[in-house]
Amino acid sequence: MNLDADNVWEHLDQPPLQGKGLTDPIKSVEDKWLLLPAFLKVKGLVKQHIDSFNYFVDVDIKNIVKANEKVTSDVDPRFWLKYVDIQVGSPTRTDVDAMKGTVTPHECRLRDTTYSAPIFVTIQYTRGKNVVRRPNVNIGRLPIMLRSNKCVLNGKNEETLARMIECPLDPGGYFVVKGTEKVILVQEQLSKNRIIVETDPVKGIVSASCTSSTHGGLKSKTYVTTKKDKIYLRHNSIHEDVPIVIVLKALGIQSDKEILLLTAGNNEAYKSSFSRNLEEAAKLGVFTRRQALEYIGAKVKVNRRLVGPRRPVWEEAMEALATIVLAHVPVNNMDFRPKAIFVGTMTRRVLMALDDEKLVDDRDYVGNKRLELAGQLLALLFEDLFKTFNTNLKAAIDKVLKKPSRTSEFDAFNTMQFQGDHITSGFVRAISTGNWSLKRFKMERAGVTHVLSRLSFISALGMMTRISSQFEKTRKVSGPRALQPSQWGMLCPSDTPEGEACGLVKNLALMTHITTDVEEEPITRLVFALGVEDICLATGAEIYGPHTFVVNVNGTIVGLTRYPTRFVGNFRKLRRAGRFSEFVSIYINHHHRTVHIASDGGRICRPMIIVENGRPKVTSDHILQLKNGAISFDDFLRKGLVEYLDVNEENDSYIALYESMIVPTTTHLEIEPFTLLGAVAGLIPYPHHNQSPRNTYQCAMGKQAIGAIAYNQLNRIDTLLYLLVYPQKPMVKTKTIELIGYDRLPAGQNATVAVMSYSGYDIEDALILNKASLDRGYGRCQVFRKNATMIRKYPNGTFDRLADAPLDENGQINKKYDIIQLDGLAGVGERVDPGDVYVNKQTPSNANDNTFSGQAATVAYKNTPMTYKSPIAGYVDKVMLTETENEQTLIKVLIRQTRRPELGDKFSSRHGQKGVCGLIVNQEDMPFNDQGINPDTIMNPHGFPSRMTVGKMIELLAGKAGVLSGKLQYGTAFGGSKVEDMSKILIDHGFNYAGKDMLTSGITGEPLEAYVFFGPIYYQKLKHMVMDKMHARARGPRATLTRQPTEGRSRDGGLRLGEMERDCLIGYGATQLLLERLMISSDKFEVNACQECGLMGYNGWCPYCKSSKRMAQLTIPYAAKLLFQELMAMNVVPRLILDDA
Amino acid sequence: MPSAVDRRRLVGVHPERVSDVSSTDFPGHYPGEDNSWDLEKFRKNLRVDITRLSNRSIEFDLVGVDASIANAFRRIMIAEVPTICIEHVYVWNNTSVMQDEVFAHRLGLVPLNVDPELFEMKTPTDSATDRNTLVFKLDVTCTRKQKAPPDPTDDNVLYDHSSVTAGDLVWVPQGEQVELPVFIAKPPAPTNPNIVLVKLRPGQEVSMELHAIKGVGKDHAKWTPVATASYRLLPSVTLDPSKPVPPHRADKFAKCFSPGVIEVDSTTKAVRVNEQALRGESMSREVFRHPEFEGCAKLGRFRDHFLFNVESEGPYTPERIFPTSIRIMREKIAVLRKAAQALLADSDDGAMDATSERVSVEQGINVASTSEGTSGDVVMMET
Repeated sequence: MNLDADNVWEHLDQPPLQGKGLTDPIKSVEDKWLLLPAFLKVKGLVKQHIDSFNYFVDVDIKNIVKANEKVTSDVDPRFWLKYVDIQVGSPTRTDVDAMKGTVTPHECRLRDTTYSAPIFVTIQYTRGKNVVRRPNVNIGRLPIMLRSNKCVLNGKNEETLARMIECPLDPGGYFVVKGTEKVILVQEQLSKNRIIVETDPVKGIVSASCTSSTHGGLKSKTYVTTKKDKIYLRHNSIHEDVPIVIVLKALGIQSDKEILLLTAGNNEAYKSSFSRNLEEAAKLGVFTRRQALEYIGAKVKVNRRLVGPRRPVWEEAMEALATIVLAHVPVNNMDFRPKAIFVGTMTRRVLMALDDEKLVDDRDYVGNKRLELAGQLLALLFEDLFKTFNTNLKAAIDKVLKKPSRTSEFDAFNTMQFQGDHITSGFVRAISTGNWSLKRFKMERAGVTHVLSRLSFISALGMMTRISSQFEKTRKVSGPRALQPSQWGMLCPSDTPEGEACGLVKNLALMTHITTDVEEEPITRLVFALGVEDICLATGAEIYGPHTFVVNVNGTIVGLTRYPTRFVGNFRKLRRAGRFSEFVSIYINHHHRTVHIASDGGRICRPMIIVENGRPKVTSDHILQLKNGAISFDDFLRKGLVEYLDVNEENDSYIALYESMIVPTTTHLEIEPFTLLGAVAGLIPYPHHNQSPRNTYQCAMGKQAIGAIAYNQLNRIDTLLYLLVYPQKPMVKTKTIELIGYDRLPAGQNATVAVMSYSGYDIEDALILNKASLDRGYGRCQVFRKNATMIRKYPNGTFDRLADAPLDENGQINKKYDIIQLDGLAGVGERVDPGDVYVNKQTPSNANDNTFSGQAATVAYKNTPMTYKSPIAGYVDKVMLTETENEQTLIKVLIRQTRRPELGDKFSSRHGQKGVCGLIVNQEDMPFNDQGINPDTIMNPHGFPSRMTVGKMIELLAGKAGVLSGKLQYGTAFGGSKVEDMSKILIDHGFNYAGKDMLTSGITGEPLEAYVFFGPIYYQKLKHMVMDKMHARARGPRATLTRQPTEGRSRDGGLRLGEMERDCLIGYGATQLLLERLMISSDKFEVNACQECGLMGYNGWCPYCKSSKRMAQLTIPYAAKLLFQELMAMNVVPRLILDDA
Repeated sequence: MPSAVDRRRLVGVHPERVSDVSSTDFPGHYPGEDNSWDLEKFRKNLRVDITRLSNRSIEFDLVGVDASIANAFRRIMIAEVPTICIEHVYVWNNTSVMQDEVFAHRLGLVPLNVDPELFEMKTPTDSATDRNTLVFKLDVTCTRKQKAPPDPTDDNVLYDHSSVTAGDLVWVPQGEQVELPVFIAKPPAPTNPNIVLVKLRPGQEVSMELHAIKGVGKDHAKWTPVATASYRLLPSVTLDPSKPVPPHRADKFAKCFSPGVIEVDSTTKAVRVNEQALRGESMSREVFRHPEFEGCAKLGRFRDHFLFNVESEGPYTPERIFPTSIRIMREKIAVLRKAAQALLADSDDGAMDATSERVSVEQGINVASTSEGTSGDVVMMET
């Protein structure tokens, strides 16, 4: 036996094939990770947004117009207008008198305008008796996504980008609307047109549901569900649940036998559990199709607005079944067979789930999800706006045509020109508010767009990869929040916020791609060409036969095959040969005995190396060619070396993580394991050594780190901009860092850290900083704040103006106007002290008086200056004057503060270990090592045991080794520089292998008794600085209504003594303190109360009793007085009954 | 020879800890011995040997003092030896990409070659005079070169003054400063003219006036005269004769130490410590990591043998910094002595106003830190 086995393999050793024996170790594909930069080069970091937008602009917009191409008139039946073509131009300036037409995104940012391009249509319409064709008719403007194929930045090299003041590392994928950068976040949804079977274990209900969605049609959800052991169909347009047999009968399957075959097939268990349903139909007296239609028709919701002859009930049912119920299954020429089979399949899935509860679907499975991107949302918005546009156009045309006589021949083009900017303003409004309320599609969504966070490069990038779920945040279900195994490689396991949105907001992994729609029609034809039998020709017995597999295309059942493996194999071969889109996926579901082909948009997929016969198809030669730049990533796809797998197909594949793990059945090989993390989690060195929540914390904190934002950061005028003065690239970097360009726009500094206790001011994660390091620029940052104002022209002809500094009675310029120059603006570079005026604006006193008609020059002006409010002085960095789209002058003043770290500023390493500065120590007091190196930061070792951030320790080790050897080390996830190698370098340079140095105390001068873990760690300065937070108040402003101190730092508010503090005081019995805190120091108020009637009076007079006899004065909180008055306003009489204490 | 080592002088270096880091409460005094202070004995034990001297740095041994003394000198060198640095920057024009504050910060950190002895301390209330302030100006405008080659990538080929360096600082003599012979011989300038301050592009210009004043490192690190001033203790390696290193592992054993520390006899493979090279031992404790060498070697450091390393980055030549620190320390001691004596005198007088006492002490310090030191007091340590 054993010998035989040896013989079988013997021949492999003998004839060398192409100089290599088959048993030679497979040469590993070195540097196959290079596919990743190649991928990113082709696709960019935010390819999903850009691809989606490009698809909308190039394809979808044309489909939408085609679906709504005709405008006719109710008045003149001969009139028609047809949209022949539509295209989106390139972004242009809207200023009328502009010399240069094209506009750059940066100009839009600065000028608070919208970066948009005109939409041109070609129309054909009747003018009198002629048909006229007019190309390039502008119907509105579409905001353009940056770096999309309509954007001026598309395909530009670094130098051209620099001329356009644009950062080459900026990923694009967002819009500039009214000067703000807006992102349409990716929305996660349950997939459309697919059957999902779920159970409710409490009620014992099994239901199969399917959300139908057709292009331009309505979305509706159909359920096939159990109720008292019987199966019903439920739909919004039908009042009550319809027994499933009646539905099938209405769909034209009249024989009970056939119904049984279509649902239960030949399975006895299914048959017996289905029989009840047949009985019920019989009990209800429904036997024929007509009876079934009558039954359903009586329950269909009729919402007919059109007046016309009332249709018979059965026709109503027919109509509903054809167009509303399961609308995505086509009904051509009243052929209900496909729909009947679909309903049959849904029923069968319910029966299967009833029999075996394992056969239910998982809603949280990523393969059952679709991601909705900017393109789809804009398409919906456009369709809505375009339809409204056409309705308005039709109304306008009707209005003209209604007039009996016209001076000139009617030209619809002119009417079209006066349609206003409905489309333009619709887009701008939706994107700038984030409200997608499209009544037509029953869509009402708020918070679709967000302002792109430019706190740091990473925060902007992280925002572009974010996915928000539609799931409600308040519900206490853990499923949607949990980490799904199928997220592997598609969604980042680390990058999710903490708290209420935990697990609902996700981020894409590095290599994920989101598909766009691929035309279904050719795929279906191909399926038949590959030998699939049409489903309409099959009976239930065949469909559920022992060897047949049902073939689905995008959820609709198209046919049967008896050789699923061969069919799928052939299909994949054709895809790898590039015969159709690489994003079409196919897989076999063995449980349901189906083959699913998906070509719809919104699927998450990622590329993988194809393995055939136990060898990856990508070889070292290919990689070499890639290195030389001879081939690109697309060539790998074209040659069939690499292919995209979506989640479902991935589940049907055997993927090896490393080459050494390839076995004969392996079908694919991962390109690189670290791509399973996203861009933000990719910054963490050695994340695979950290406790997992620490990586999640870092993902949140990396977005708050101050650093470089973009190459154009100094040209930007953002509301708030944080910059680090001396950012450094990390000593321990990762491949991801290089790929996303974090090493070119870093947010942190390599601090020499000593892990030791020092002074006691380092408890609870506080850090000790070296004063000399701060003197030399460590952690120094700048804060830029924008202050904008408009110099407005008012409707009554008056306008704002700028004035130079006024003189006081002595002819001196007041100190607060010191920096104002002759033009009324502060000079650039001037120091702005608190209270200084930097824009001396004046407003006409009658600006809002529309009756005014005098000379604008004669009006009186009042001062409305802009004064500097921060308690710390700043410097004027920039002053910009420009004109907005509606021709108002806009002034933006950028004021800068340079800050040096101080006590209480927040710092963090890249391992979720944050801490505030607890003490700043002079250099001479700091411990030093044999080389005389002082630490920049001292970190308390208690931060380690409970956090278990081993990655941080390895980072220190690798960083130290890197410093000693003069190289940057890698801490890439699941790889990176090895600890042994790092220790070796340390030993070779005469250091302890563990990175622990012998330190000498700077205070006593004696050696420390312990060895100290000492080396560089990349530290981030976070945006939370004491300067922005510190607040105290003794006296200050009060709220007008309650006369209590105001709330919040920005209003110089008081510090609240809350109810819990109040409880403590009550418990302690400190009544006088309570009284003092809650009334005397807050809102004490003297009232006069009448002891007769108990009501409040004034000046010792009771207006109710008309007497001053029994008035008493007492002190109460003003809020109490207010309460009494409010009660009185509501017809409740509060009476004060006074008593001597 | 190694047996001669007084084990009490050693700080023990163990695998996971350091032992005996402190001397006794009275350093050099041990119970049951007469260690009373004796100038002759002290003089005999005290040694300062310069082991290396270059333009920028000095290495020397300080032997025979307690850590507190050595550390005091180290601290003074870092924090209290004065230098002159740019403190006030008056920006007339700055169209470079760098913000004024950042530029000013960079200018402050430029080391100047001016001997601080020539200047007085300037307190914030003092007005600037030629005795306390040194003025520089910086006027650079970047221009495009007329005959630049067509396809250049190098900034220096394309532009004139594309980078502003420390060498662009121009000294503006004030008052009597012109006549100072020191300044005629060596005009005030940055010690290193090649420090890049900012990079410019055609059309950009910087124009500013810079005022340098005298200060000390504890106020701001820019006034520190040293890049580093630190010491380490002389290492000691003792081999245990009762546990010899196996000959076949001798080379591996030698590798556990810095090169040359352990000598391996080429024939017998016997190991011995090279006392001359011992000072180069980095104390990596590598020998403790290998179980086969357990107990073979004992590591330690001499508590009173300090190997100083001072890198000068300012006006001082490296060999001058240490004596200056001694002088400053002596001044401080003098002040303290004076105050103590005053206290003593006061207590003789009986009750005296406590506040005036404190004032006198403070004044004493002020006088000391600004007064010119006598040149004779460096001698003490050269014995």
